[in-house]
Amino acid sequence: MAETAIVEHEVHHPALQHHFENLEQQREAGTLGMWVFLVTEMMFFGGMFMAYTLYRYKYGLAFASASNHLSWKLGAFNTAVLIISSFTMAFAVYNAQIGKQRRLIVSLAITILLGLTFLGVKAVEYHDKYEDHLIPGRLFPGNPFNPSTIHLLPGASAQNTEIFYWLYFAMTGMHALHMVIGVGLLSVILFFSVRGRYGPEYHNPVEVSGLYWHFVDLIWIFLFPLLYLLGRHMEHGG
Amino acid sequence: MSEHIVPVRIYFIILSVLILGTALTVWAGFRDFPGPLNVIIALTIASIKATLVILYFMHLRYSQRLLWIIFLSALFWMGLLFALTFSDYWTRQWLS
Repeated sequence: MAETAIVEHEVHHPALQHHFENLEQQREAGTLGMWVFLVTEMMFFGGMFMAYTLYRYKYGLAFASASNHLSWKLGAFNTAVLIISSFTMAFAVYNAQIGKQRRLIVSLAITILLGLTFLGVKAVEYHDKYEDHLIPGRLFPGNPFNPSTIHLLPGASAQNTEIFYWLYFAMTGMHALHMVIGVGLLSVILFFSVRGRYGPEYHNPVEVSGLYWHFVDLIWIFLFPLLYLLGRHMEHGG
Repeated sequence: MSEHIVPVRIYFIILSVLILGTALTVWAGFRDFPGPLNVIIALTIASIKATLVILYFMHLRYSQRLLWIIFLSALFWMGLLFALTFSDYWTRQWLS
């Protein structure tokens, strides 16, 4: 028994864990695990989307007025940045699959840079909101929420714009936190890629990190129209 | 079931469609469509974009059936969350 174990250890791939039959089974188990995790993430964000839908249904005009104060250009720019980063991530996985080491490393590095670009733009947006006194509640001493910079649509309640900003910061904040975790995750993957750990036979960590990255992109695909564009058509003549 | 390698050409096509979809979302967001059509158009485009990301970037189209069931279970539970909550809020005014 001990002898066969030693022999097997010599022939199988060094990345194969002993509780799996082969790399194929290990890869499928890893992917399955990530998908189950992403389902719980969908439930988590789903609760916030539910809250958003409900309050928008109740306070539509206040939501539209508050949303129009956001910069749709920065939002659209960030959407494009995330979509391109999803592409470079998919390209990284592809190059791991076909064993192109340099391209894998470069695509991962570009993906990380695009993720950081997104976070930088987000920081600029948050700072703008801070300057305009639109941080909900009294989080910062001497800078309580004050909707006076929001151009209110006819019939909109100024008070309820604060609910929009609660949801805006909750949803984009949780999304940004996921981006930070994603950048950290990809940095680890980049480190091991530089060390040459991944190739055509074994690249499941690249693949499942990619799944996570695409999921975070997916959340933003819904956040962008729901948060930035919901009241634009009412701006003139509405 | 061995791993399916998606050709790069498909990734480029998906990227262009996603960028095009984003431009379309912005354009449609500024146009005043009748009734609730604005939000319906925005969510339809977002859902198409999300479907493309899931099927191609996340490889679900080429994955084991078990992953399909797991993903669809998420949609099912999300549907329950929205349906049951709105069966309450949407019908409240019926009483008065």
